[in-house]
Amino acid sequence: MKILVPVKRVIDYNVRPRVKADGSGVDLANVKMSMNPFDEIAVEEAIRLKEKGKASEIVAVSIGPAKAAETLRTALAMGADRAILVETEEAVEPLGVAKLLKAICDEEQPGLVVMGKQAIDDDSNQTGQMLAALTGRPQGTFASKVELEADTVTVTREVDGGLETVQLTLPAIVTTDLRLNEPRYASLPNIMKARSKPLATRAPADYGVDVTPRLKVISVAEPPVRQAGIKVGSVDELVAKLKTLGVVA
Amino acid sequence: MTAPKTVLVLVEHEGGAVKDATLAAVTAAARLGAVHALVAGDPGETGAVAEAMARVAGVEKVLVAADPAYAHGLAENVAPLAAQAMADYDAFVAPATTTGKNIAPRVAALLDVMQLSEVIGIEGASDGGRTFIRPIYAGNAIATVESADAKLVLTVRGTAFDKAAAEGGAAPVEAIAGPGDAGLSRFVGLDATKSERPELTGAGIVVSGGRALKDAATFEALIVPLADKLGAAVGASRAAVDAGYISNDYQVGQTGKIVAPGLYLAIGISGAIQHLAGMKDSKLIVAINKDPDAPIFQVADIGLVADLFQAVPELTGKL
Repeated sequence: MKILVPVKRVIDYNVRPRVKADGSGVDLANVKMSMNPFDEIAVEEAIRLKEKGKASEIVAVSIGPAKAAETLRTALAMGADRAILVETEEAVEPLGVAKLLKAICDEEQPGLVVMGKQAIDDDSNQTGQMLAALTGRPQGTFASKVELEADTVTVTREVDGGLETVQLTLPAIVTTDLRLNEPRYASLPNIMKARSKPLATRAPADYGVDVTPRLKVISVAEPPVRQAGIKVGSVDELVAKLKTLGVVA
Repeated sequence: MTAPKTVLVLVEHEGGAVKDATLAAVTAAARLGAVHALVAGDPGETGAVAEAMARVAGVEKVLVAADPAYAHGLAENVAPLAAQAMADYDAFVAPATTTGKNIAPRVAALLDVMQLSEVIGIEGASDGGRTFIRPIYAGNAIATVESADAKLVLTVRGTAFDKAAAEGGAAPVEAIAGPGDAGLSRFVGLDATKSERPELTGAGIVVSGGRALKDAATFEALIVPLADKLGAAVGASRAAVDAGYISNDYQVGQTGKIVAPGLYLAIGISGAIQHLAGMKDSKLIVAINKDPDAPIFQVADIGLVADLFQAVPELTGKL
């Protein structure tokens, strides 16, 4: 079975984003970029499925700027077999990404798509569900456990009230949550080997998909700053303060 | 003058009761137009849910799709139903809960609409109600965005809108039918978190513990008695969840639950930006931490620099 893993190049998890002075967006110039952490988990899950003999090939896909090729090389170094970059310097919204991925699914016919539940830049949490809708396939979102069989995949989902388990008919779309696995680091030999793995570059127009944004960003601002309050010296002082404020009896 | 708009709200319910997040979604939807509610679920539960929604202030009509296929909110079945119903509506609003986040984007794609996720504000109606405010980068930036789509699909953050009054309305209830079971997915089971304490996202007080609690037993011994004393919900930082002190549905933060209680007690939590994203809208934040330079103190209204192993039992005793 072939597994498709879409990955996104985003601002590194440990970097604190800075809003541009003109309010047009977040400053990405000279900022460390990495693979979206949820997508790393998706790559890891696909590799584990292949190691267990449940998958035969892993295809990593990214939709983004030329530099997203670096993100795909990371996926290849971790263990993906080949990669497709749909290159565009314009920002593509989740709906546009889902349409491109649908076209790639039509071409590649994967049995399973594993992808991050959300990207940590726009926090949309939409692309997997949208891809599932457009392909008419089932979705196992926010997965903390994935059991792949010949015709079905059983997904344990992290939901507000606990853990929900659903069984989906393949092909299916799975989106990963944080506790699904701990992604591996690529070893140096594997990083070297990844350089010679196939990476095809395409354009959105190759798929006949219109990725014109539907949303216009009017402004991006810093969130309201919360002022630090007071420090108290003891538990007694804390209790007295809470009682004065009337928040505890 | 634009034509009056009608908005369809996805009702999240469990065990025949409406979930609070739905009531906040009603308030947000009312900013866009006349509110109709969509109740989809098992025939055994939809009756009580529809009755409850009909009484919610501001709801003008309740659509009910009673079919075992709609039990457990399977997106493969509910999304086509909602998309079909949307033929008569201008906007679809779902609470930004795991249920809403699962279903709404599937509805949006079926309608060829780009969804607005986790909306925290709706700009004035001067533009016909198409401009929305939403956090990005884990709340480190706030974006104002305008939609060019003919119909709108949004999920709204429950803590950003007041809950609509559960009583005061008398809406008519209308049965609708949808495509039913898509035959793609099957609900296997729910391992529900059982708790006598209030639900995290709706609690008036939250007591949260971090990695400094050392282990699961210490977390239980220190955080739980304090929460019980205050009638509070228990929360945790991602570090505490990852370390296995408590299960993931207690996690507060960017990738966990977003809370905004009247009082948030952060105990042994350093205050990583991902955690702050989930609680910084709390009315009063109290932090107890040994490290005076912990970032949590930059957002805390009241800080106590102390060893939590002494301070927390003392606090529990004195409250």
